[in-house]
Amino acid sequence: MAKPKLKEHHINRDWCKGCGICVEFCPKKVLELDKQDKVVAVHFTNCICCKLCELRCPDLAIEIETEL
Amino acid sequence: MAIKDYIRERFFPHIWCPGCGHGMVLNALLRAFEDLAISKNEIVMVSGIGCSARISGYVDVHTLHTIHGRALAFATGVKMSRPELNLIVPMGDGDALAIGGNHFIHAARRNIDITAIVMNNRIYGMTGGQYSPLSGYGTLATTAPFINIDHAFDVVELAKAAGATFVARTTTYHVKQMSELFKEAILREGFSVIEVLTQCPTYFGRKNKAGSAVDMVKSFKDNTTPVGSKAKLESPGLIERGIFVQKDLPEYTREYDKVIERAMKKR
Repeated sequence: MAKPKLKEHHINRDWCKGCGICVEFCPKKVLELDKQDKVVAVHFTNCICCKLCELRCPDLAIEIETEL
Repeated sequence: MAIKDYIRERFFPHIWCPGCGHGMVLNALLRAFEDLAISKNEIVMVSGIGCSARISGYVDVHTLHTIHGRALAFATGVKMSRPELNLIVPMGDGDALAIGGNHFIHAARRNIDITAIVMNNRIYGMTGGQYSPLSGYGTLATTAPFINIDHAFDVVELAKAAGATFVARTTTYHVKQMSELFKEAILREGFSVIEVLTQCPTYFGRKNKAGSAVDMVKSFKDNTTPVGSKAKLESPGLIERGIFVQKDLPEYTREYDKVIERAMKKR
């Protein structure tokens, strides 16, 4: 299977509570919290689409869209 | 269906605290539904009272929010009348083993086809951090400000002894394993118990200086080991996770059908 290619990080800022779980467990350190404690995909070019952030998010606030 | 199709979006963001493990259980459960491509009409989720019980409010399946500790009793009623439905009962540690302890062991003994999820955060979060039967010796809680001298239940051992035919344990760090276990439990017939170690950073974490939600999730990674691993022999303090019991015994509603059949013949 070909490697999935990132299309976009969909982050729901209204649902994100800034717990930092996705930031900590991202293997490529793609994510950071901004001044308002909301997650932002700062280094999105490093994303390998493993979706661990999406699977671990307690608030269902992050979703990785990949190209088919 | 996408996972968003299984939730009631109008109730989001949910009421759980930032970093609460219960949200991660909800996430894993939704992914299990998605992978099984199960229809919303085939699932009934029944919960009692507590932070954990709020989970039924957020899923767009048939849901019942019932009384403290009695979720399994209500679920038994639903299953007896509609055996074709998939019953899922998410409970907190106090809900399942203190208030609902009796319902828990007897549902296990009957082997009724229900998936019981014990979301074990070792504290009563909603009411202000009282210790639960799973807090464990030496922990601190609002109601044990000096030290808790009660020993904890081992959910896996208890479920095994009570006769559950599928018993497993996982943590919120191991989200993929959690989804897999949920899927297995939903598909199989009989009483399934899955204990999920979840973090309560607000009460258990603060009282016991366990750090942030992130630190607590990391501790689940560091303090658990797959069942039957070598690491357990070397450091017996590790908590095992995985499947502990998987056996086939006659399921309760099917056995009850036989009773009905016998009774009808006598008429």
